[in-house]
Amino acid sequence: MTYKPFGESAILIEWPQIISKEILNDIRVFVTKIELENSEYILELNFIYCSLLIIYNSKNSCFNEIKNSLEAVYENELAISVKSEKTVWHIPVCYSEEFGIDLAYLSSEKKLPVEKIILLHSSVHYTVYGIGFLPGFLYLGGLTEKLYFPRRNSPRLAVPKGSVAIGGNQTGVYPQSSPGGWQIIGNTPISLFDVKKETPCVITPGDEIRFNPISKEEFETIKIAQEAGNYEIKKVING
Amino acid sequence: MVKVLQPGLYTSIQDMGRFGHTNLGVPVSGAMDSISAGFANALLNNNKNNAVMEITMFGPKLVFMASTNIVITGAEMSAELNNNPILIYKAYPVQNGDLLSFGKLKKGIRCYLAVSGGFRSEIILKSRSFYSGITSQGLLKKNDLLSFEHQEINSKQPKVTINTKIPFYDINVIEVFKGPEFELFLSEEQKKLLSTTFTVSNDNNRMGYRMGEEVVKHTKSIITSPVLPGTVQLLPSGKLIILMKDAQTTGGYPRVFQLTEKSIAILAQKRAGETLKLKLIANK
Repeated sequence: MTYKPFGESAILIEWPQIISKEILNDIRVFVTKIELENSEYILELNFIYCSLLIIYNSKNSCFNEIKNSLEAVYENELAISVKSEKTVWHIPVCYSEEFGIDLAYLSSEKKLPVEKIILLHSSVHYTVYGIGFLPGFLYLGGLTEKLYFPRRNSPRLAVPKGSVAIGGNQTGVYPQSSPGGWQIIGNTPISLFDVKKETPCVITPGDEIRFNPISKEEFETIKIAQEAGNYEIKKVING
Repeated sequence: MVKVLQPGLYTSIQDMGRFGHTNLGVPVSGAMDSISAGFANALLNNNKNNAVMEITMFGPKLVFMASTNIVITGAEMSAELNNNPILIYKAYPVQNGDLLSFGKLKKGIRCYLAVSGGFRSEIILKSRSFYSGITSQGLLKKNDLLSFEHQEINSKQPKVTINTKIPFYDINVIEVFKGPEFELFLSEEQKKLLSTTFTVSNDNNRMGYRMGEEVVKHTKSIITSPVLPGTVQLLPSGKLIILMKDAQTTGGYPRVFQLTEKSIAILAQKRAGETLKLKLIANK
């Protein structure tokens, strides 16, 4: 692990630069320990893949002081044991061709039936490695190599909110309408990010995601329930 | 209340930023030139974090519907209260029915209008800063009504005096720290980045400022990692993007430098075609 100053009042902590669940978990445990310290000088904790950025109040403390105290927190074995269970969130996805506007194209390019693409996409657990790009956009690891597919040459100007898509070796959900170059294979009726909620995004890095295929009718039902505030994302906690 | 008769080119409400949510992908936002915004609040004896109006290039036309005190800071843009010219960096009382309009821009591009107690736009995730997708609007529109805390006309002198002679807009040397990937580049490449005169391109906004020059082409990428306002990314094409207040929270391009808050403020006053050089400073 290396600690680097990042401007006037931030520290970047880097783990070996590889994508791994062990590293992600180590960062998560560290972040929980820092949060438990409840220190006034820490303003922001942002982590993704193998890096953690900490913004601190530089009025009263300098880089070396913060670094030393963070190292002590990291080494502290006495801290309350951090939950080791995994939360798996089940995200309903309608893979109909009405939403999955690139499914037919993917199917012919990949020489895979549409049903097989849906099965491959919805039968694995994805790890959330971080949130970025847009509020509530999850960086997911775990897409099967069989579904790797290049981004579009020119991005679409507006990808609809909720679109589930594949870009290169990644898959993800557009939490709001935005320009985007990924291949769209379906849509989820649920909002991954809602500023009106106390916790705008319930999913956090280190959690896992599973996509559950639903019909168009179920999509409409869930959408109505969600808009009325009567829908909670199904979560399963594995000990 | 104040009513927006004309919104101007790009007018929004900003405080010092939305902190504590970058881990959810929420940009920090806040006043691009936080120094000028801070001056505006200081001149009205406001709190530092009171929300101000950020006005870009071409100002709005506003009518006040209650009395308060106002001050304008930042870019040298002419302003008129009921068609009489007023000075920037000077507090004025306004009454119900008073009309505030803006005219010619001489130096800089962003000015800040503060009212006593600050504008009271909706608070989302602990901040009043506009950001499309988080707040219900990203920019002020015609006929918007903005509330502020009604205050008696304040004849108290501000507790601060501000030296408006600071040659803010003439500075073209931007102080930067080394970024996390600075050392990935060869020393000739580093020297090139620090000796080039960069030109602000047309592609500049609250998210980022792209420079025109292609300086150091490369094929390095990093595993997606956090970025901040003021992070300087080096694109494979050799161009620099300097991230500003509405920047995304993560990125995959090498981060070669990090601006100071003051450097962000200086850059926020530059327009397309203006030039700048980067100067390395050491961390404390």
